[in-house]
Amino acid sequence: MSKARPLLEIKKLRRLMVGPVTLSVDVGDCLCISGPSGSGKSLLLRAMADMDPHAGNLWLSGKPAVDILPQVWRTRVGMLPPESAWWLPLVGDHFRNGVVIPLEQIGLQDAIMEQPVMRLSSGEKQRLALMRLLSNRPRVLLLDEPTANLDPENTQRLEAVISDYMREYEAAVIWISHEMAQIERVANRYYELSDGTLLSRSIPGQQ
Amino acid sequence: MIELSVIDLALAASLVLLLALVSMRLHSNISRQLIIASIRTALQLTLIGLVLKVIFENVNFGWIMLLSILMLLIAGREVMVRQERRFKGWWGYAVGTFSMFLSSFAVTVFALIVILGEDPWYTPQYAIPLLGMLLGNTMNGISVAMDRLTHAAWEQRNIIEARLMLGERWDAAIADYRQQAIRSGMIPIINAMAAAGIVSLPGMMTGQILAGAAPVEAVKYQIMIMFLIAAGTGLGTVAAVTLGSRHLFDERQRLCLDRLRQP
Repeated sequence: MSKARPLLEIKKLRRLMVGPVTLSVDVGDCLCISGPSGSGKSLLLRAMADMDPHAGNLWLSGKPAVDILPQVWRTRVGMLPPESAWWLPLVGDHFRNGVVIPLEQIGLQDAIMEQPVMRLSSGEKQRLALMRLLSNRPRVLLLDEPTANLDPENTQRLEAVISDYMREYEAAVIWISHEMAQIERVANRYYELSDGTLLSRSIPGQQ
Repeated sequence: MIELSVIDLALAASLVLLLALVSMRLHSNISRQLIIASIRTALQLTLIGLVLKVIFENVNFGWIMLLSILMLLIAGREVMVRQERRFKGWWGYAVGTFSMFLSSFAVTVFALIVILGEDPWYTPQYAIPLLGMLLGNTMNGISVAMDRLTHAAWEQRNIIEARLMLGERWDAAIADYRQQAIRSGMIPIINAMAAAGIVSLPGMMTGQILAGAAPVEAVKYQIMIMFLIAAGTGLGTVAAVTLGSRHLFDERQRLCLDRLRQP
């Protein structure tokens, strides 16, 4: 494992009509992707998380994805799907590894762990799903519109949590967002996915 | 034993006809299916009666094997068509058929050699009815369990994939649905054993008693058959659900719903 290799390296990744995509992200990178619905943004993230068959190669810290067990890969390259899923009765049952960032930072109280999942609002579910993903301590976060159900205040909290996490755990983020203002706030690199091709763009407001 | 004449059977059939008429009056379209199923029962059973007559009169291992395999292949097809979202291609047929072969044949051979000990062990009077009972019951168990498994995988795909995304192995991600599938495959035989003799007199025993066997002897056979069926159904269901759930994932532990047929 050479030190010069980026955290996540993607070469000629292709899935259905998406790609080939070649890019690499490093610690501290927050790469935003936007694009019209149906352009394949989610497909691209799913391929990066190795959730769908795909062509092309990926490396994590210089190690080829094929040499990493899929469950280990998905722990390190953690994907947050647009809709959270819950399968146990209580919220806390889904947090075997505890939490790595205090819940209050995302506007929730510890008592929510004792609550049945059934009683959560969609916004609470979305924030908890992020906290659950972070408790795996992934190195790369793949976020599929993580603030879609959130009000401005909670959107801001979530953005702050992700930025804190990135610093503390030396992580990188690939973030699908529709909102130009959000991209301007969080991104240090910005791409647009159009007709399956990833095009580098300057960050809005920074031209 | 009171021998049944064709007229006796026709009298029984008249009841089915009456039922068909009633449901036609109620504009239910079940009467057509009812008639077809009744005709199939009469034809298929008459045919197998003739086949058994020939096979019982000339005990020949080859013929017995041939009939057994034929029974297995037909049961395998039945298991396949009863699943709404079965696996595409040859897998859809092979999972059920292989699991039935594994369980029904193993349990039948065990019963014939270890329990009954008839010489030769494949004496068709024992071998064929036993295998038939086992195939019929494991067939139900496996098709119910597989239907349940593939349905759950389809309907709960968000949960299964969310668990994979959180770094769970494929077998952990589907464990709940695997358990439910095995349970639903085995519930009928467990219920049948629990209710046997109290709510219902099992068919095999009833048949033996009607044919003039001593009740206690008939009961002993029924108990053996129930245990064999429970073991066979359990083994077959576990085998099919284990194979099936593994095949829902590829070598990189991705959920492959495109391996299932759309209903």
